[in-house]
Amino acid sequence: MNLLTIIFFDAINYAATLFLLSVGLTVVFGVMRILNVSHGGIYALGAYMGTWLALWVLEVDLPPVLTYLMLLLGALIVGFLLGPIIERLLLRRIYGSDMHIQLLLTFSILLILDDGMKLIWGMEPLFISEPYSMLGRFKVGGIIYPWYDFVLVGVAVVFGAALVWMVRATRFGKLVIAVIADREVSQAIGINVNLIFTVAFTVGALAAALGGAFVAPKIAVVPQFALEVVVLAFAVIAIGGMGSIEGAAIGAIVVSFARALAIHLAPEVELMAVYLIMILVLVVRPQGLFGEVELRRI
Amino acid sequence: MTKYMDRTGWALTIGLVVLIVVNFFIPEWFRAILLLSLARGSVALGLLVLWRCGLISFGHALFYGFGAYTVALIVKYLGITDAFFTVACGVVVAGGFAWALGFLLRRYRGIFFALLNLAFSMILYGVLAKLESLGSTDGISLERTTYLWYAPEGPANKTALFFFAAIMTWAVAMAVHHYLRSTLGYMTTAVRENEIRLEFLGYSAERAIHVKYTISGLVGGFGGAIAAMTIGHVDPDSMAYWPISGDFVFIAILSGTGNVGAPFIGALLYELIRTYAFEQFPGIWQLIMGGTLLLIIMFLPNGLWSLVDLWKKRRAERGRPAAAAEREKA
Repeated sequence: MNLLTIIFFDAINYAATLFLLSVGLTVVFGVMRILNVSHGGIYALGAYMGTWLALWVLEVDLPPVLTYLMLLLGALIVGFLLGPIIERLLLRRIYGSDMHIQLLLTFSILLILDDGMKLIWGMEPLFISEPYSMLGRFKVGGIIYPWYDFVLVGVAVVFGAALVWMVRATRFGKLVIAVIADREVSQAIGINVNLIFTVAFTVGALAAALGGAFVAPKIAVVPQFALEVVVLAFAVIAIGGMGSIEGAAIGAIVVSFARALAIHLAPEVELMAVYLIMILVLVVRPQGLFGEVELRRI
Repeated sequence: MTKYMDRTGWALTIGLVVLIVVNFFIPEWFRAILLLSLARGSVALGLLVLWRCGLISFGHALFYGFGAYTVALIVKYLGITDAFFTVACGVVVAGGFAWALGFLLRRYRGIFFALLNLAFSMILYGVLAKLESLGSTDGISLERTTYLWYAPEGPANKTALFFFAAIMTWAVAMAVHHYLRSTLGYMTTAVRENEIRLEFLGYSAERAIHVKYTISGLVGGFGGAIAAMTIGHVDPDSMAYWPISGDFVFIAILSGTGNVGAPFIGALLYELIRTYAFEQFPGIWQLIMGGTLLLIIMFLPNGLWSLVDLWKKRRAERGRPAAAAEREKA
């Protein structure tokens, strides 16, 4: 019973982290049909920037409550700065290109971001624990859990709900759906497709940076972190169905339960569990759990 | 020109002769770069075979890893250091896995094909990094290689390995070249252009893809085996981690699909840039690689081989100045 509780809470917690990591990736893929490998770089940059600003708050003796604000601010800076720059300057040139060009272009952005972070913040891990410890802990079934983990779950739920609302219930969302369905016709009837792409990519970047910044207090931000997280995000959205926000949520839950089970019951398969599940899901449902089947053209 | 020696065949053979002659004049570090270029170029050649049917694998480090680890494990557990035997085993193991995985992967296209390959390579990475008997994260070191009854010592060993790798790579490239010129080989382009029409003609697109995937696995395993003997050490991070797969795609894009020789030139250029960047700016070598990649995608999206095509076109136009002038005007 105890073990089950641990597994359950670990999984819920990790699902929030994974969702924040991968929802931006699925939004970008859904609208632009580009698998953005640099997503992990933006995530890591959000984590670095947020942590760095929060550490600065502690250094100049401002009230530690401000660290939360700084995490948010760091994410906003990274998302609003990097998103439009990458989309306008680089991605715009390769929309018509083959998939491998798109993969490789975003891969090169990831390499550049990864080294850029090493240049700015060095090789030492960056760590801030105040936002994490300040909220205190609670006890469930004899196990102590920090409240911060549940704040994170809250952030993930609110953010996911806001995205779904934006796509389903706003005028902008309807325009996005039109662009997804047919880019050229949308352009012809007067939708500013370029603007929608820029906004979609910025939302994706913002999601990544927010995820990175709010997960950062739970972990130490280290170089190469970007490379590790991005393949995990691929697995999550491939399981859920690429381009589906609900899919990203389901994918995150499936992966995190698998990982939590693996860690507690069979630690040696932890590294592989995620990818095994991804393969299993794609074998049964090639388009992912929530994905739409693409028609073959004749 | 006979059936087996067309222009590419001659070019590859001349390349082999040049490598063998050059061996006696180059410093040690450059020979290592050439050897690694042969190894990585082979894997990129495997990617090229797949790419011709419009598929890209973002996990070819899988076969590179299979090839490299097969060699290392045979040396470690069986004590056999014969290059012919270990490389053959590496190729067969990698090809066997490619054949087995092919039954599943041939049903997928586009991004799903790329991602499934990535998933399989990450599983291999996980296995290699976790299992103590496979060397774990520290990896395995190899003993000196022998060649049948010939067990060279000192500098002769490097030369022997270089000759071995060069001749073997030549054979592999020739084989792939002739495969691509066969009926089954030409089917690759048909798969890329329109699968359904190909199937109306009575061929199975899935079977064509399966064959290509197996070939790319065999060639990838060969590259891994050569790399293991060159470096003398295998570990999961440098043999099977996913950015390594990204590097192979990088080399393939750098080279373009124009010719089977192109991946080797691309790989050499890649190794030179990487070595230079690593020597001069150890902190930001990834940044330099990424920047180079960005420039290539922006300005040479069809790879280095498109320069050759451009040169050919220019030369053809020089023959017809009127046509060129016409185009200038338009």
